[in-house]
Amino acid sequence: MALATFDFEKPIVELEREISDLLSRENEPGISRKIKALEQKLEKTKIDIYSKLTPWQRVQVARHMARPHSLDYIQSIFTEWTEIHGDRCFADDMAVVTGFGNIGNQSVTVIGQQKGKDTKENLARNFGMMHPEGYRKAMRVMRIGERFNLPIIIFIDTPGAYPGIGAEERGQAEAIARNIRDMFTLSVPILIIIIGEGASGGALGIGVGDYILMMENAWYCVISPEGCASILWRDRAMAARSAEALKLTPPDLLKLGVIDEIVPEPLGGAHRDPVSSFQTVRSALEKRLQELVKIPGDVLIERRAQKYRKMGVFLENKPEK
Amino acid sequence: MTWFRKRKYTVLKPTEKKRVDIPDGLWHKCQQCLHILLARDYEKNLWVCPKCNFHDRVSGWDRIGITFDPESFIADEDILDPTDPLEFFDTMNYMDRLVSYQKKTGLKDAVITGIAKCGGYKVVAGVMEFNFAGGSMGSVVGEKITRAFERSLKERLPIVIICASGGARMQEGILSLMQMAKTSMAIARLNEAKIPYITVLTHPTTAGVMASYASLGDVIIAEPNALIGFAGPRVIQQTINQILPKGFQRSEFVRDHGFIDIVTNRKDLRNTMINLLSFFAPWAREKEEVSSQSQ
Repeated sequence: MALATFDFEKPIVELEREISDLLSRENEPGISRKIKALEQKLEKTKIDIYSKLTPWQRVQVARHMARPHSLDYIQSIFTEWTEIHGDRCFADDMAVVTGFGNIGNQSVTVIGQQKGKDTKENLARNFGMMHPEGYRKAMRVMRIGERFNLPIIIFIDTPGAYPGIGAEERGQAEAIARNIRDMFTLSVPILIIIIGEGASGGALGIGVGDYILMMENAWYCVISPEGCASILWRDRAMAARSAEALKLTPPDLLKLGVIDEIVPEPLGGAHRDPVSSFQTVRSALEKRLQELVKIPGDVLIERRAQKYRKMGVFLENKPEK
Repeated sequence: MTWFRKRKYTVLKPTEKKRVDIPDGLWHKCQQCLHILLARDYEKNLWVCPKCNFHDRVSGWDRIGITFDPESFIADEDILDPTDPLEFFDTMNYMDRLVSYQKKTGLKDAVITGIAKCGGYKVVAGVMEFNFAGGSMGSVVGEKITRAFERSLKERLPIVIICASGGARMQEGILSLMQMAKTSMAIARLNEAKIPYITVLTHPTTAGVMASYASLGDVIIAEPNALIGFAGPRVIQQTINQILPKGFQRSEFVRDHGFIDIVTNRKDLRNTMINLLSFFAPWAREKEEVSSQSQ
C-alpha cells in the first residue's frame, strides 16, 4: 500500500509516478538514461522540499498515520520486552504502554504513549490521549524502576491529555501535577525522546527528564497549533500561522534550552524508512544512557532540578545595594 | 375624501429630567441573580452576593487585604519584567499586550508575592491576578512562584498560594509549559523539608496552573462554585459532543470527586487557613512572637 502523502509532497509523487511509468517500458532504447535523469531530479526535489518544511508541515509529518509509534520503536530496540498493565487503582490505560526490557546490556523501564495504526486501533488507544489512570500507571511503573535501579526511557507521542468527563472526574490535573512533581524525586536516570507530538501537559505529565531527545519531525508545545488558533483567531484554519508563532520545532526548542538533542530522520520522515529510524534512535538512546547511568542518584536529582530551575526567559533588574 | 385628510396631532415633549443623581458605581447588581445592593455593602460583604452567595472576582490587592492580617503584607521587590522570547504576534504584539495589562492592573505580571501574617502566623504568600492576561502563567509568574517556594524553604515558613488562572500563557509557548515543571520541582523540595503548603483555588483555576502547583497543596481549599479543572468546558464539549452535566468542574463537584479538601465561603476562608496553620505550623507563630518581643 502506498503511503499517504501531503500536498507539499506532490512534486515528489509526480516524479515517482513518471519514473515507475518509464520503468514499465524499460526495454525501449534510451529509457534508462531518462530514468537516471529523473531519479536525480527526484533526489534534488526531495532534499529541496524536506529541508525547507514549514513548522505546520512538520506538524503534519509528525502526525502521519504510518509514522512509527512507540511500540514500533520499543519492539525493535529492546529485547525481552515485557509489558505490564494497570494503575492498581482504576484501570489500564491503553494510550500508554509500560514495561521493562534490555537495551544492549542495560535493563531499563520503558514507557511510551501509544497511537494506533488505523481507526480501530486508534479507538482502543484513544489516539494516544491519556486519562488520569494512564499517568498513575506510568508513575507506578517508574517507581518500580527506581526501586530496582532500572533507568527510565520514555517515548512521548500524544496530541494531548484526554479532555473528557471521566478524565476530569478522576483528576486529570492532579494526576499530571503529581507526576511532574514526583519525577523530580526519582533517583534513576530518566531519558525522554519526543518521537511525534508533544502536546502540552499531556506530554509533560511523563516528560520530566535528565536528557531530552527529539526527532527531527516532531513538535512540542504548550498547546496544539489548532487550539492556539481557535483561541487567538477563533479559527482553527489559522493553525499554520500559529504553528509558526509558537516556535514548536526542534531547532527552536534547542535554542530555547528545552531539549538537548535533535535525532535526525531519514529524508521525508521516519515513516519512509522505519528501520533506519529505529537504528538512529537506538544508538542515540544507548549513548546518552551510558553517560547517565554513571551518575549517582542524588546527583541526578540535583542536576534535574537545576536543569528545570533555569527554564524561562524574563528580565531581572537587580536592586542596587 | 375628507377621511384622507392628514389628521392633526400634537407633539409630546419630554418633561425636564428630574433623575436622582446617582454617581456611577454606587450600586452593584449581582451578575448571577441581579440582586441590587449598595456597592459599599457589597464590598463589606467581600464581593459576595448576600442573596445568592455568588462569589465575585477579587483583584490581587483586594484579596491580600481580606485574607491576611491588616498591614502585614510585605511585597517582594518587583524586579522581574516579562519579555517576548518568541516574538509572538497574533492580532497584536505580545509586548503591546503586556503593556496594556500592566497599565490595567498596575502590576508587572500576573502574580503578587511577598510575606504576610495570617492570624499571627507568618507565611510566604502568592496571590494571582486574574485581570492580568487571565492570570496566565508565563516565565515571570513561574519564576516568582518558584522563588516564593524557595523562600519558604529557606526561611522555613509555611506558604499560601491563592490561585486564579486560565492556565499557561500561550504567547510564551513551550517556556510557559516549563514553568509547570519548575514550580512543581520546588514543591517536591518543600514536601521533603516538611513545610506546609496551602492552596486556595478561586474562580477560575484551570489547565496549566491546575496541572501543577494548584493541585499540589498539602491541603487544597476552594471558594464555592469556582471553575476548577484541566481542560476547559468548551473543549470538552467539542470533543465529546455532549452537554456537560450540571455543576461539572465546579468546586463542589471537584470536592465530591475527591480532588479538593474544603469548599468554604469567602468570609470563612481566613479562619479555615488559620486553623490549618495552627495544626501544621505552630512554630510559624512562635517565631513571630519571639521576634516581636525582641523589638
